[in-house]
Amino acid sequence: MLIDEIFRKANSNPVLDMMEDSAVVDGSARIAVTTDSFVVTPLKFRGGDIGRLAVCGTVNDLLMRGAVPKYITSAYIIETGADTEILEEIAASMAETAREAGVSVIAGDTKVIEGSGGVYINTTGVGFVNDGVNIKSSNCRVGDKLIVSGNLGDHHAAILSERMEIENEIKSDCAPLGGMVENMLRKGIEIHAMRDITRGGLGTILNEFASASGCGFEIDEEKIPVSQTVKAFAKILGLNIMHMGNEGKLAAVVSAADSERALEIIRSSRYGENAAVIGEVTDGGGVVMKTALGGRRIISELYGEGLPRIC
Amino acid sequence: MPDINEIKDYLRNYDGEKQVIMEVCGTHTASISENGIADMLSPKIRLISGPGCPVCVTVASYIDRLTELSLTADTTVVTFGDMLRVRGSEYSLRDAAAQGASVRMIYSPFEIIKMAKEQPDKQFVFAAVGFETTTPAYALLVEQLIKDKIKNIRLLTALKTMPEAIRTVYKSGTEITGFLAPGHVSVITGHSLFEKLAWELNVPFVTSGFRGAELLAAVYALVKLSGGRSLNLYPSVVTYEGNATAQETVNRYFTPCDAAWRGMGIIKGSGMRLRDEYAEFDAGSHELTQDKIFNGACCCGDVICGRKSPDECPMFGKSCTPDTPQGACMVSTEGSCFHYYINGRKGNY
Repeated sequence: MLIDEIFRKANSNPVLDMMEDSAVVDGSARIAVTTDSFVVTPLKFRGGDIGRLAVCGTVNDLLMRGAVPKYITSAYIIETGADTEILEEIAASMAETAREAGVSVIAGDTKVIEGSGGVYINTTGVGFVNDGVNIKSSNCRVGDKLIVSGNLGDHHAAILSERMEIENEIKSDCAPLGGMVENMLRKGIEIHAMRDITRGGLGTILNEFASASGCGFEIDEEKIPVSQTVKAFAKILGLNIMHMGNEGKLAAVVSAADSERALEIIRSSRYGENAAVIGEVTDGGGVVMKTALGGRRIISELYGEGLPRIC
Repeated sequence: MPDINEIKDYLRNYDGEKQVIMEVCGTHTASISENGIADMLSPKIRLISGPGCPVCVTVASYIDRLTELSLTADTTVVTFGDMLRVRGSEYSLRDAAAQGASVRMIYSPFEIIKMAKEQPDKQFVFAAVGFETTTPAYALLVEQLIKDKIKNIRLLTALKTMPEAIRTVYKSGTEITGFLAPGHVSVITGHSLFEKLAWELNVPFVTSGFRGAELLAAVYALVKLSGGRSLNLYPSVVTYEGNATAQETVNRYFTPCDAAWRGMGIIKGSGMRLRDEYAEFDAGSHELTQDKIFNGACCCGDVICGRKSPDECPMFGKSCTPDTPQGACMVSTEGSCFHYYINGRKGNY
């Protein structure tokens, strides 16, 4: 009942509508596969909901390896007491986001457990990787430029504002990044490494790149795109922009020769208008930030949970 | 005051007598680290972190009492995030939660009122930790409990005040030549408190804001000032007498007491406790003075008093990291060890 009325209806397509035990679909020589489970409170927030998040998170993970996302599966675990209207909204939002991202939901599952209205979603994504595409964390080279695709911290600040019942204009940036990635690949940009900037923030990603590639990063604090509202919000709560999560931003390490063109492509793609080149790959170890004041500091990965400080 | 570039040049090229400046406030420590300020100073100017992280100076017996309460039937311990990970003599609140204890993290003290009203048959204990800055919020909470006749919330207090701690640190054998007065504390107490301390200890105090340029200006002023002089460089927020309303509210519900500081022992008159007439709101805060350092090699005491820079501790960055903290200073997001580690700040000793 739940499956047919809500989830299949929202995601209707020829493969799903067959309602077989498994989906049989076309493949490719190289496929990318990823899976992720989504747990977020509240289920709906400014700028998105768990349904949109569950598509974006998985689709973006495929894109970061240069894959073209094709299929996703969705498995819901629903606690008793969940509001049917909200479930319908989540399913509709998921379907709409899947359409935007160009993926078909080809398999699904629903389980109901005892609880108090919680909803958890797992999505698995499959994408096709074209020949010659080789994007991975260990590919950063000295002199490469680092681009971030837009303002940092929006999703983190939006969720925290909802939880703390703080009224502000901050919205989650939750979005599928297919447009900018496909445009870069189509135009032959030499992307060496790429990650979507989710939990742990840019600081964590750059440390992972540095350790995988045996290189360092030097970034310029003044060039980091961040909205004034999020900057002030982070300051008040003692949060570090470099460790705040997004759900619709990427960090790309591209060859120096292609960096200006890549920046232009991202800026003219959907969700990329605030993109900026913020630093470059160095031969030193670790991630160093030139501060706006003129000092230097190390940027570590995120430790702990990124909680607000006491005073 | 010269412009910022002249200040930067002066501090970078300074070649006078050795300066040892203590930043007392945890948020100053964070800002100095995040702005990379230690890296901008001459080797003759050393910034050291003081006892300004409320979680770091909380003793083990307090955490033990909290974990014990959290494991008591029908009792929920409510706390800010930082307290969750700090170990008492054996366990942290997070360890207790893993054993089934009821622990809730909140962002504002007033969230506890909502919880208590929703579950009137449950007991709630709030971990009221902090300095002069945070105590007014706890006083307002008690006021609200009385007004709303709420009987199922109590406070376990470890509230501290700065002046006696600063005296103790200064007299404990450090080479301090100046103090960056705690900015948030000054908002409540007023700059006058630090003016008096400057006269008494015959060492300069400068009250500063938290932005990088403000901190550089304050360091410059401290290098230039001598003897018992003081300056308020944060006048937009800090007045001479402080926030009288907040002081009155605090004094209505709290009274000074002796307090135990991790690594420093009991300091007379350095804490606040609920007044006797409000004892019903206290969850057994008195006599929580025992401390236990869970790793004997931990230098927390020396670090809190500024006798050692975090990176002088032999465990720093080796067996002690934010993932494997051996002391509270590496746990708390206001702790000096934590900030030195995550920002790569050097002690400049």
